[in-house]
Amino acid sequence: MASTEEIRTGLAEIVNEITGVPAGDVQLDKSFTDDLDIDSLSMVEVVVAAEEKFGVKIPDEEVKNLATVGDAVSYIEKAGS
Amino acid sequence: MRTQIRPARQPRAARITGIGGYRPSRVIPNSEIVERIDSSDEWIRTRSGIESRRWATDDETVISMSLGAAGKAIAHAGVHPDQIGCVIVSTVTHLYQTPSAAAEIAYKLGTDRAAAFDISAACAGFCYGLSLASDMVQTGTAEHVLVIGVERLSDLTDPTDRSTAFLFADGAGAVVVGPADDAEGAGIGPVVWGSDGESLGHIHQRENWYDALHSPDGPRMPHLVMQGNPVFRWASYEMPKVAQQALEAAGITVDDLDLFVPHQANMRITDAMARQLKLPDHVAIARDIAQQGNSSAASIPLAIERMLESGEARSGDLALVIGFGAGLVYAAQVIRIP
Repeated sequence: MASTEEIRTGLAEIVNEITGVPAGDVQLDKSFTDDLDIDSLSMVEVVVAAEEKFGVKIPDEEVKNLATVGDAVSYIEKAGS
Repeated sequence: MRTQIRPARQPRAARITGIGGYRPSRVIPNSEIVERIDSSDEWIRTRSGIESRRWATDDETVISMSLGAAGKAIAHAGVHPDQIGCVIVSTVTHLYQTPSAAAEIAYKLGTDRAAAFDISAACAGFCYGLSLASDMVQTGTAEHVLVIGVERLSDLTDPTDRSTAFLFADGAGAVVVGPADDAEGAGIGPVVWGSDGESLGHIHQRENWYDALHSPDGPRMPHLVMQGNPVFRWASYEMPKVAQQALEAAGITVDDLDLFVPHQANMRITDAMARQLKLPDHVAIARDIAQQGNSSAASIPLAIERMLESGEARSGDLALVIGFGAGLVYAAQVIRIP
């Protein structure tokens, strides 16, 4: 199972590819909307790419609870364990 | 021995012979929408790619817009209205349960008592109608079939709904489908279509007419509502698979395509689909939504007409078309531009 840091790095690559936000900005305490300026449609694309990369399912109703990068990383950690 | 009945004629190839659109006269910029949804021009542009949309006046009815589009398509096809054997109208905004819009249109166009009926397949309606028309021409049920996609979505749009008020628009698009000279002239590939009723609630009319008219707060229009994110996900990731199957069914690849004309739902969906399909740079992508908005069943023929007018599309080009919407329902084909 990937470590927290490996998941964060993987997620940062996805966010960078989809939105152009520098991967280095994608830190655990950052809010997707307020800090990284990622809108809801881009968030859907990030979620779909993360599902593929980490082999997990992130249901639509769960996505709105993933406010920060840290929330997403812990969800992926739990879902993958 | 049982008495035999004569079967339908041997299949022949069908093609689109003419296309035409009608854009209603009211041009509604984002600035006229934003106040009631507490939004901004920039928000609408980045979420949807829409700069302005077309809305109909009271005089631009489902029937009148259809007649405008159909007249152009029939003239382009070079046929006379009395050669049209069937009229298929796809719409969800003809606000009469009966009779059909198609019967009235068939009469007003001057067809010779053409068969006529409406279908309900929302934003997939044009591709559904095209599939029916193609089958009819192939089997000889009709010689020339008129397919119209027409909507006045503005009638069923809640102007205060942040998910739909900026999206929905009005308009009509039509094609004539007729026989090809030979199999090589086939201009409509096999349809790949289906439905996913499990997601019925993703896009739907909020209440039926009876409940809307008997609301305790007084009669009101039953508006259309949509869950944007699940629809975006379905359209952006599931629909490219359907589009890919339509290419395979037609025996071609993305490299053979000239045009990609998805239902003009949202520019972000179009972009995501194009990325998933890995379209080569030479494929022109329909982006009519920027000036037209989402006009449901009318959007594909309207987008093709714009591409023909701008020179992005030429007669003989191969286009991948895909419609998808409330149901959920979807349909995709490869077509040759008339």
